[in-house]
Amino acid sequence: MGEFNNAFILGCSAIGAGLAVIAGIGPGIGQGIAAGHAASAVGRNPGAKSDIRTMMLLGQAVAETTGLYGLLIAFLLLFVKPLLP
Amino acid sequence: MRYGILLSGGSDVDFMIHGIFKYSFFGHEVWITTSHVCVLFVLLILIGFAFAANRAMKKGTEVPGGFQNVVELIVEKLDGMVDSSMGKSAPRYYNYIGSVFIFILFSNIAGLLGLRPPTADYGVTLPLALITFALIHINKWKYQKPMTIWEDMCSPLPKFIPLWVPINLISTIAVPISLSLRLFANVLSGTVMMALVYGLLKYFAVIWPAALHVYFDLFSGAIQTYVFCMLTMTYIDNEIGDGIRR
Repeated sequence: MGEFNNAFILGCSAIGAGLAVIAGIGPGIGQGIAAGHAASAVGRNPGAKSDIRTMMLLGQAVAETTGLYGLLIAFLLLFVKPLLP
Repeated sequence: MRYGILLSGGSDVDFMIHGIFKYSFFGHEVWITTSHVCVLFVLLILIGFAFAANRAMKKGTEVPGGFQNVVELIVEKLDGMVDSSMGKSAPRYYNYIGSVFIFILFSNIAGLLGLRPPTADYGVTLPLALITFALIHINKWKYQKPMTIWEDMCSPLPKFIPLWVPINLISTIAVPISLSLRLFANVLSGTVMMALVYGLLKYFAVIWPAALHVYFDLFSGAIQTYVFCMLTMTYIDNEIGDGIRR
């Protein structure tokens, strides 16, 4: 593996980290849908506001997970640098 | 030659776990790291609080006042949370869920005390998730017949065609991994972002990072604690079902 120097590998790692955090799109859409439905649920039944808020936060925190996996990969590529020899 | 934060070893951005001293454990090289120290601090705070609470409750009065009030409020809230999601089998899990909740909450907000949050270390969150995993399966074998478990294993197909068993096995194993990674990644992302703000902005990072602390440490930490406990209770409650032992 003498052909690639460290700077090249680090640059490619940075590009890979950037691509990995594209995973944030999915949770963004999902959390938006959850918040929108929660808003319409409060509009329909304002009495259940606190229950709906709890449920919405719980669902959003679970939906966030897939985005965080991408973030984790990005962190690994940037800071742990597994590709360097 | 510097690559900025890419080669984070020598620069000012620091959120890694550091070894403090190493010792030999049956021929293995074992490190005491900063996470151990932070867990120790969190535990000392919790133990101190527990002793104070115990003393307050020993000479408790009919009409609570001061510290006794706070302790009773905490216990009531935690028990209420377990009650609301576990129903009849809740009393047996008051202790475990309450302890785990308080431990994870204090670990997550340890960033406010200048410590590195212990939950930003995968070695802390994985055991917590493995305890949940063990509880799920103990309850599964306690409350369900082996035949039902096998039927669940081949679930979309009838029980004599075990075609879906590998996929269901994977989804079983994914439970502790996703539980631990969720908590870990959330706290780690907060820690990394705070470290970036403090490390890269140096003299400009005064006072206003408090707002970021409120979001990353308090809000995110509390939500993730709640999610972890809620999911643990939901998984266990699913296995217990109607609570009739086989």
